[in-house]
Amino acid sequence: MENKLPTIEIIEKYCKGCYICVEFCPKQVLEIKGFVVSVKNLEACIKCMQCELRCPDFAIKVTA
Amino acid sequence: MAKKVAFLQGNEAAAQGALYAGCKFFAGYPITPSTEVAEVMSVELPKIGGKFIQMEDEIGAMAALLGGALTGAKALTSTSGPGLSLKQELIGYGCIAEIPCVIYNVMRGGPSTGMPTGPSQSDIMAAKWGTHGDHPAICLVPASVQEVYEETIRAFNLAEKYRTPVMIMPDEIVAHMRERIVFPEPGEIEVIDRTTPSVPPEQYKPYDTSFGDVPPLAAFGSGYKFHVTGLNKLPDGFPTTKAEYVQAEEERQVRKVEGNAADIMKWEEYLCEDAEIIVVAFGSTSRSARFAVDQARKQGIKAGLFRPITFWPFPEARLLELSKQVKAFISPEMNLGMCAGVIKGCIEGNAPILGIFRVDGEPINPDQIIDKMKEVK
Amino acid sequence: MAFDYDKYLRPNKLPHIWCPGCGHGIVMKGLIRAIDTCGLKKEDTAIVSGIGCASRLPGYLDFCTLHTAHGRAAAFATGVKMARPEMNVILVGGDGDGTAIGGNHFIHACRRNINMTYIIMNNKIYGMTGGQFSPATPTGDKASTTVYGNPDPAFDIAKLAIGAGATFVARGTAFHANQIDKLIAEAIQHKGFSVVEILDDCPTTYGRRNKFKSVIEMMNHLKETTVPVKAAEKMSPEQLKGKVLTGVLYKEEKPEYTEEYAKVIQRAQAAK
Ligand SMILES: Cc1ncc(C[n+]2csc(CCOP(=O)(O)OP(=O)(O)O)c2C)c(N)n1
Ligand code: SF4
Ligand code: SF4
Ligand code: SF4
Repeated sequence: MENKLPTIEIIEKYCKGCYICVEFCPKQVLEIKGFVVSVKNLEACIKCMQCELRCPDFAIKVTA
Repeated sequence: MAKKVAFLQGNEAAAQGALYAGCKFFAGYPITPSTEVAEVMSVELPKIGGKFIQMEDEIGAMAALLGGALTGAKALTSTSGPGLSLKQELIGYGCIAEIPCVIYNVMRGGPSTGMPTGPSQSDIMAAKWGTHGDHPAICLVPASVQEVYEETIRAFNLAEKYRTPVMIMPDEIVAHMRERIVFPEPGEIEVIDRTTPSVPPEQYKPYDTSFGDVPPLAAFGSGYKFHVTGLNKLPDGFPTTKAEYVQAEEERQVRKVEGNAADIMKWEEYLCEDAEIIVVAFGSTSRSARFAVDQARKQGIKAGLFRPITFWPFPEARLLELSKQVKAFISPEMNLGMCAGVIKGCIEGNAPILGIFRVDGEPINPDQIIDKMKEVK
Repeated sequence: MAFDYDKYLRPNKLPHIWCPGCGHGIVMKGLIRAIDTCGLKKEDTAIVSGIGCASRLPGYLDFCTLHTAHGRAAAFATGVKMARPEMNVILVGGDGDGTAIGGNHFIHACRRNINMTYIIMNNKIYGMTGGQFSPATPTGDKASTTVYGNPDPAFDIAKLAIGAGATFVARGTAFHANQIDKLIAEAIQHKGFSVVEILDDCPTTYGRRNKFKSVIEMMNHLKETTVPVKAAEKMSPEQLKGKVLTGVLYKEEKPEYTEEYAKVIQRAQAAK
């Protein structure tokens, strides 16, 4: 169970591409593609939830 | 059983009338010459489990009033000129958000601090046009202590029935004079409560007009949850800038009062049937006018009195009718011609309007009015 | 587990009106988590605001919500709470709304110690009207009406609240998102008037003018210029220079207004 990858759900129509989640992710899991966020390196995710917590727009959800 | 009688001041009668109407909430800020209302309410409301709060200013009082009213309470505030000016933004809020409440404003000399203890009738335009934007206006102008009592009850009834702020505005003379008053028995005067929703909370929309121009209003804390805003809004209460909704909503809000003017308007005609001169007067001025009419009749002058009890909506159609029979109207008023201007606006030039305009803090006496009648050709 | 915000949000209202990176959304999420922690029932909870970007918050939340006039939230809310003391009443708004036009109502709500929680989103600017300075804009800063630098001194909002008589005062930041809900929850659970100031960011009208290249810089600034009260105890005055304290800054038990008014009712009825 420990190693199971999390699910990172991105609600594109809410994402405003502000970079907050990207910049404060400790593991550089996320990037902005076009105008919205996308996951570039899911394997690195440590499920710290920083991205979800700080997203002002309810646009990213991490499920362990 | 003999009815209860008392010797009361206008302001005290207003407080008693409010209590008869079921008022349970008062928010105010002291100001001469209205403060007695607050004082009586501070004593009486807690006795019946009601709430009295003295706020930090009139804006706060008006805000607390609307907040209290949204929880379902019948709510009253009292003030005078400068306080009325401060309340204006939120009176507009009450109109657009459609929150029933009663604003009791004693008219004193203005503008600004003016003459705090001097009588005046110069807030009548502020009652209609004081807050910005198009909005409905109901304003009652009682002329005796008994009438202050009864019209305060009617003010609550109209506020509840039409879901809108209602103003009641005695002048300082009416507010401070003492007269005998006969109290009605409980149930003798009709007391109206706002319509609450018949639909369950999930289906409730605070501005749903499928029930007519006056949508039912749920109370905060009664199991219904909804949004209230001062922005133009949709039937569900949420803001919109969609032209068709904004136009329709604003028109409905005004129509709800103007379209029911027949129910809201109230006036008295005294010896008007054959009158060639009609004095249009309200509040304390109408008392001098009635005396003047009686005296004039004794001198062979065919005079009558037309006394608005509801000032807004104004009885335009009736005055237009009367304008066809008279040689002149006389408009005695404690301001520089506000009522005369309103009359002019509805009589299509059919008759001249002779004004007696006093802003010196002195009442208009009957002789002045009789002298003016004699000027009519 | 991802927190289920949807349970408290009104359906079909997102995306919200706030700009990319605006901290108001972070505060709103913190408030939702706090409400969840406290187990407040939707129909028994009123959320009241004034006017401004921050004040648009109630529209998104599925409670009894009251979006009032500029500066008047505390006074409207006082009416609601007085008339129905059993309701939970939460106020939200900006620094301008709460401490400029609404300053009088704010200090008097503090003084009465009426049991409500006021969340002030302090982005140091009038965001909604395009970035004019507010009473919380630091001296020297740029705003659309202070292009030569702000000559006005700023309020310390938390101190203002304490001075005026609020009995619970806390400060957090939009960067420290995981603290926001804890501070607000503690404020809600406190009996009396509680104030939570959240140092917030407005990249659009404040950041731009004040040399913040991005919202990330603004967030980092919030991180670098704040110190939790606990940590501050162990720091020297030099180390604390230019730092703003966060956490629970003040807490006191004092008679609560609606309870005191209930006693007025008792006395009036006894005298009847
Ligand atoms: C009586 C009144 N005066 C002025 C305004 C214009 N106005 C709207 S919002 C606002 C400032 C909002 O700033 P703040 O409260 O700090 O909130 P923010 O927008 O920064 O979130 C002003 C001045 C108004 N709506 N009403
Ligand atoms: S949970 Fe943490 S590690 Fe994973 S993407 Fe979000 S911020 Fe990065
Ligand atoms: S923080 Fe939210 S809105 Fe900003 S980029 Fe990330 S997902 Fe998008
Ligand atoms: S203007 Fe500023 S406060 Fe308003 S939504 Fe944009 S970032 Fe937020």
